[in-house]
Amino acid sequence: MRHGVARFVTGFLALPVGLYLFYVVWPFLQAAGYSLTDWGGYSDRQQFVGLENYIRLFSDELIRKAFWHNVFFLVTVPLFTIALALFLAFLLNVGGREDRAGIRGVFGSGLYKVIFFFPQVLSLVVIAVMWQQIYRADGQGLINGVLMKIGLIDGDDPITFMYDPEPFLGVPAVLWWLLLIAVWSGAGFYMVLFSAAMQSIPKDVYEAAILDGAGRFHTFFRITLPLLRDTVSVAWVYLGFIALDMFALVYIMTPSQGGPNHASEIFASVINFNAFQKGQFGYACAIAVALAIFTILLAALQLRITRRERIEY
Amino acid sequence: MSVSPDLDRRTLLRRAAAAGLLVTPAVGLLSACAGSTPTPNTDSPGEKSNDNPFGVQKDSAVKVVIFNGGLGDAWAKEDQAIFTAKHADVTVNMSSTQKIKTEEQPKMATTPSDLIMNSGADLMDLSTLINEGAIEPLDDLLAAPAWDSEGTVADSLLPGTVSDGTFQGKYYVVYVAFTVWGNWYNGALFSKEGWEPPKTFEEFFTLAPKIKAKGLAPYVYDAVHGYYPRWALMASIWKSAGRQAVIDIDNLKENAWRADGILPALEAWEKMVKDKLVLPGKLDHTQSQQAWLDGKAAFIQVGTWLKNEMAATIPPGFEMKLSDYWGLGATDKAPKDVFAGAGEGFVVPSKAPNKAAAKEFLRAVVSKAGSAKFAELTKSLASTKGSGDNVQDAALATANEVMKNAGQDLISVKLWDFYADLDKEGQNLSQELMAGRLTAAQFVDKMQAAADKVAKDSSITKQTRNA
Repeated sequence: MRHGVARFVTGFLALPVGLYLFYVVWPFLQAAGYSLTDWGGYSDRQQFVGLENYIRLFSDELIRKAFWHNVFFLVTVPLFTIALALFLAFLLNVGGREDRAGIRGVFGSGLYKVIFFFPQVLSLVVIAVMWQQIYRADGQGLINGVLMKIGLIDGDDPITFMYDPEPFLGVPAVLWWLLLIAVWSGAGFYMVLFSAAMQSIPKDVYEAAILDGAGRFHTFFRITLPLLRDTVSVAWVYLGFIALDMFALVYIMTPSQGGPNHASEIFASVINFNAFQKGQFGYACAIAVALAIFTILLAALQLRITRRERIEY
Repeated sequence: MSVSPDLDRRTLLRRAAAAGLLVTPAVGLLSACAGSTPTPNTDSPGEKSNDNPFGVQKDSAVKVVIFNGGLGDAWAKEDQAIFTAKHADVTVNMSSTQKIKTEEQPKMATTPSDLIMNSGADLMDLSTLINEGAIEPLDDLLAAPAWDSEGTVADSLLPGTVSDGTFQGKYYVVYVAFTVWGNWYNGALFSKEGWEPPKTFEEFFTLAPKIKAKGLAPYVYDAVHGYYPRWALMASIWKSAGRQAVIDIDNLKENAWRADGILPALEAWEKMVKDKLVLPGKLDHTQSQQAWLDGKAAFIQVGTWLKNEMAATIPPGFEMKLSDYWGLGATDKAPKDVFAGAGEGFVVPSKAPNKAAAKEFLRAVVSKAGSAKFAELTKSLASTKGSGDNVQDAALATANEVMKNAGQDLISVKLWDFYADLDKEGQNLSQELMAGRLTAAQFVDKMQAAADKVAKDSSITKQTRNA
C-alpha cells in the first residue's frame, strides 16, 4: 500500500476506532477494574479487595443455580431454534412438489416466510408483554381461556406458566415456558438465514439426487444439511449468546425477576440483583467479567469444533 | 408501592445494558458507573431567616423528581405552586417517572437531582444509599419551623413518620404519605348479604363458606409482587406474637423466627390456602384489584392508595371499605395494633447541588396547605397531622376509623429496608407459602436460615432498631 493511501484509510478509521475504544473497550476494562473493589454503586468511595469477589463467586449458591439454568438454555435454545428453523426453511424452499421448473417450496411459501419472520420485527419487550397476556394465569389468559372453554382444564386450576417451579424432566416448568418464547421469537430469523443459504445451493444437485432415487428425508440429511454446515455453526454461536442473556424475558415475565423462589434465576438476573438491589456493584462486575470470559471461551470452542474446509460450488 | 411492572423498550435496553447483558456481557455495565468527577457545590448559603431557614439562594434552580405511581403526581404540582408563592425567584424543575432507580442511580455519584422521591418497585435500596453516604441526613429539616403552622416541622408530623425515616440514629427519609394497610371489602355487598367483616381468622373461616356459596372467592392477593402478601403475613405475625417478636426478627436475633405466636399466625395462612379460599390463578396487583372490584373475590389486602390507583374502574354502587388485618383471637399479644406508617419517601442526595432549596421544598410538601391538597387529590392521608380533616371520602373515612381504633403501636417492619437479601427471600417465601408449596413450619425454617446467613455475612452492614 502506498504511503498516502495508508494515511487516508487511517484518517477514516480513527474516529470509529476511537469511539469503539472509548465506549466498548474502556468500559470493559473499567468493569474489570471495579470487579476488584467493593464499590456499592452510589458513591465515589471504593476499596481495593483483590480477588475476593471472584473467590466469593464460586461459593455463591445462587450463581450455581443460575449457571445451570443458563446451561439449560445454552443447550436447548440453539438446538430447538435451529431444528425448527431448518425444518421450516426446508419446507419453504425444497419441500414442495417438483415439476418441470424444478423443485420449489410448499404452496404459499412467500406468505409463510413473512409470517414466520414477523416476531423478529417486534422488540423483545413487546414480545414479553404480549406473551404475558397469552400466559396470563387465570381464565382471561389466551391459553387458559381457550383450554377452559373447551373443557380441557378446570376453571379452578389454571395452568400457572411463569409461576410454576415444578420440575419437568428435571428442569423447572417456568424455564420451559420461557424457552418456548425464545424459540418462537428466534426461529423466523434463522429460517430466513437458512433459506438464503439453501437458495445458494445449486438446484442441479437436488435434481441429480432425485434422479438417483433420493427421497425428501435423504435429500435433507445427505445434501442440504452438510452444505449448510457453515451457516448453522454461525447460528449456533449467535444463539449461544442469546441463551446466555435471556434477561429481558426473565426480568419482565417472571415473579421477583428470577422467581418463583429462584426457579428462573440466570446470570443476568443475579447480576441485576447484586448491582441494583443489593448495592454490591463490585461483586456484580465480577460476575459480569466471569460471564464475559465464559462467553468468549464458549464461542471460541464452538467455532473451533465446527471448523472445516469450505465447499465451493 | 404500586408501580406497573411493565417496561418501555428504552428503559429496558438501558437496564439490560446497565446490567451488562448485551452480547458482550460486561460492556454496558460501566455506562452506569460513570466514574467520579467531583462536582462543584453551588450550595453557598443565601440569607437565613425564619421564612428561609436553610438560606435558599435567590435565582437558583432546584431539580425535583416525583414518583408517578398509584398516587399520581398532581399533588406535587400543588406543592410546587406553594413553594413558588414564597420563593418566586427560585426555579423548580420538576419531573415525574416510575423508574426512579433506572434514571437517578447513574447520576448519584456525580450530579444527582436535588430532591428524589424514592418509591415504587424501582426504588434505590435505602440501606445502600445510607451505607454509601449517598444521601444527606435531614435532622435540620425536623428542627426548622413548620411552613404554615406553629412549632417545628417535627411537631407537625404524624407519629411514626420520623422514626420510620430514621436510620442509624439520623433522619434520612421524609415520608410524605401516611398509609394504612388492611383488608378491603365492598360495603354495599356486605350489608346486602348481611355479612360482618371478620376481626380474626376464626371469624373469616366461619364466613368463608357463605361467601363461597355466593360464587365469590373469599380472598384474592397480588401473586406477582411478593411484597404484597408479605405485608399481610408480617401484620398477622405482629398481632399474634407481639411487637418484640418483630423487632427481634429485624435485629436478626437468634431463633427470632421461632418465637411464640409466629408459627400459629402463619398456619392460619397455610389453612386459607389449603382450604382453597383464594381466587384461583396468579394475578398482579392491578389485575387482582380489578378481580375484586368485579366481584370475583370478597377481600383483598392492600394499602390506602388503592382507591386512587383503581379510580378509573370502580363500578357504580361499589363501596370501598377498609378493615384491620385479622388476628388469631384470644392468644394475640397485640390484637389492636394497626399496620400503618409513613410511606413514599423523599431523599436528598449528598452531592445534590442545591440542598438548601431541596429541604425548603420538603418543608412546603409537609406544610398544612400542601398535605391537605395531597389528601384531597390522592384520597390518602398525608404524614402531616390533620391532612384528611376536610376530605369527604368513604374509603378515607374507614381508614380514619381503623386508625382511631388502633392500639398504642403501629405495626412496622424494617427487615426489607435493612437487608436486600432478606427482602428478596421474604418475598419469594411469601409467594411460596401462598402458592401452597411451603408449609408454615417450612417457611419459618427457611426464613430463619436466611436470617442466620445474613447475620454471618461480613460483607453486609448490620442495622438495628430499638422501637
